[in-house]
Amino acid sequence: MTGRAARAGVLSVVLAVVLVGGIVLSAVTGQLAISPGEVVGSVLRGVGIPNQWAPDDRIIESTLWVVRFPRIAMALAVGAALAVAGAVMQAIFGNPLAEPGVVGVSAGGAFGASIAIVFGLTALGTGTVAVFAFAGGLAATLLVYFVSRANGRTEVVTLLLTGIAVNAFAGAGLAFLIFVADSGSREQIVFWQLGSLNGSLWPEAGIVAVVTAIGTIVAITLGRRYDLLALGERNARHLGVNVEALRIGSIVLVALLTGVAVAFCGIIAFVGLVVPHVIRMAIGPAHRALIVASAVGGGALMVLSDLLARSLVAGSDLPIGLLTSLIGGPFFFYLLFRQRSKSGGWA
Amino acid sequence: MIRAEGVGVDLGGTTVLSDVTLDVIPGEVLALVGPNGAGKSTLLGVLSGEHPPTRGSVTLDGRPIARIRSGELARLRSVLTQENTVSFPFLVSEVVAMGRSPWARTEESRDDVDAVSAALAAADITHLADRRYTQLSGGERARVAFARVLAQRTPVIFLDEPTAALDLRHQEDVMREARRLAAAGAAVVVVLHDLSLASAYADRLALVASGRLDVAGTPAEVLTQERVERVYDVPVQLHVVGGRPVVVPVRTAT
Repeated sequence: MTGRAARAGVLSVVLAVVLVGGIVLSAVTGQLAISPGEVVGSVLRGVGIPNQWAPDDRIIESTLWVVRFPRIAMALAVGAALAVAGAVMQAIFGNPLAEPGVVGVSAGGAFGASIAIVFGLTALGTGTVAVFAFAGGLAATLLVYFVSRANGRTEVVTLLLTGIAVNAFAGAGLAFLIFVADSGSREQIVFWQLGSLNGSLWPEAGIVAVVTAIGTIVAITLGRRYDLLALGERNARHLGVNVEALRIGSIVLVALLTGVAVAFCGIIAFVGLVVPHVIRMAIGPAHRALIVASAVGGGALMVLSDLLARSLVAGSDLPIGLLTSLIGGPFFFYLLFRQRSKSGGWA
Repeated sequence: MIRAEGVGVDLGGTTVLSDVTLDVIPGEVLALVGPNGAGKSTLLGVLSGEHPPTRGSVTLDGRPIARIRSGELARLRSVLTQENTVSFPFLVSEVVAMGRSPWARTEESRDDVDAVSAALAAADITHLADRRYTQLSGGERARVAFARVLAQRTPVIFLDEPTAALDLRHQEDVMREARRLAAAGAAVVVVLHDLSLASAYADRLALVASGRLDVAGTPAEVLTQERVERVYDVPVQLHVVGGRPVVVPVRTAT
């Protein structure tokens, strides 16, 4: 017990340092070099505290407030949304390998978004694409959930195979849409498949931030019930949990969090897998702490990944989905390997 | 406390339980015994409110058990299931503390620490409290699950084959704990395969055979040679140890 408490303390410090460091580093790095002092000064002035460090140069000001800060805010919100969605999904599937990207929820979201793009649907205003992304994510989550569950648990093999099927189907749908689309729509769809935080604006970051904040709070309040769910469906029910309501509510939550992230930034895989996993190893699986730390850790990871994405190759913006998959793929291997050597695999 | 009247259950078109009338009484250990597939676990599920019966009624203190909200029901009865897997590497102490969750935001929650440490001690797992559940052996897991049920501190306790994975000493420990709970006023319902164990610790046995309640009564009333041989289809001898019947199958040397 004390070991885990001490580790939780260490983790909080590490996360805080990585988060703040990542934010500052992101703010100073770019084609226009800005000093950390100017960043801090500008932020202080932004919240109404006059100070001598604040930059006078209007180009620096607008670079920070129009380009870099909204992008950082978006990175934080999207990272938190994906990591929390991953933690919740793992809780309801009773399975540490459930992740929105792996099981095809992100692909479903991208498929939904692409339908709106290709057919030029604007029935629901500017949010139409986001709504379609949410609907696609929800449909995919429900499909995976009902196909891969048996007796209140999900076998890993079934889960992964269902994910392959959903990903294949969504991939085929995307391919078809790319085939019928005009070149402008095509570019947009490719953007969705690769994932990027490029060109994030305040209103978009705001929407993602609000949805993520609400979703994270809901997930935290459900944390105790997720703990009980780890005992299996029957035992959770015997302890007074309304399992069906919890499951359905959580699926909508996962679809909402994943959908809003996918709608604005495209498919960014593995964040929901890697972040909760590392945090579980550090502080244990109790869901309240796990969800809080995952939100912070997901945000930190995304800020750093985005920093890499836009600074790794000078003058160009790599798709962030490419980077997270580059980190996540080997991590997935590592998980499989570790599990195999420990208990001969999952099946 | 809990009363089942004329209860029947159909599953997938087959009748697995029919016309069972049985009372669960405070201060008493009631053992459900019978051959494999006779319907013991189904009966336990019906009595605990997990399965709604197809026919008949189950009431708890006069209220239909299906009408009691799951949160309140969890403060009235606890259930130890046969299978107890935990999806994530929770610590043993955390798993046992989950048994306290129905009492969250009630006055009884101030007893949480007490209830958990008492349950750890009663199940003889205090030394495992800081271990991960996923690292334990089958028998240790069974005792953790038992401790979780004890920590729930409910007036009615259902135990589905609580001794199946346990060694001799821990089998006796669990049954002695069941007796102690009954002596303190709880109603304990336990599914057992070991007739001698049931006979030694239960106040009443309910013998379930082919989906029907064959008989219910004291161990001496239920465990007659004729009845055991008929229901289990195996020749047995009955001995009496400490005033209670002990059932020994007749084993011919090969």
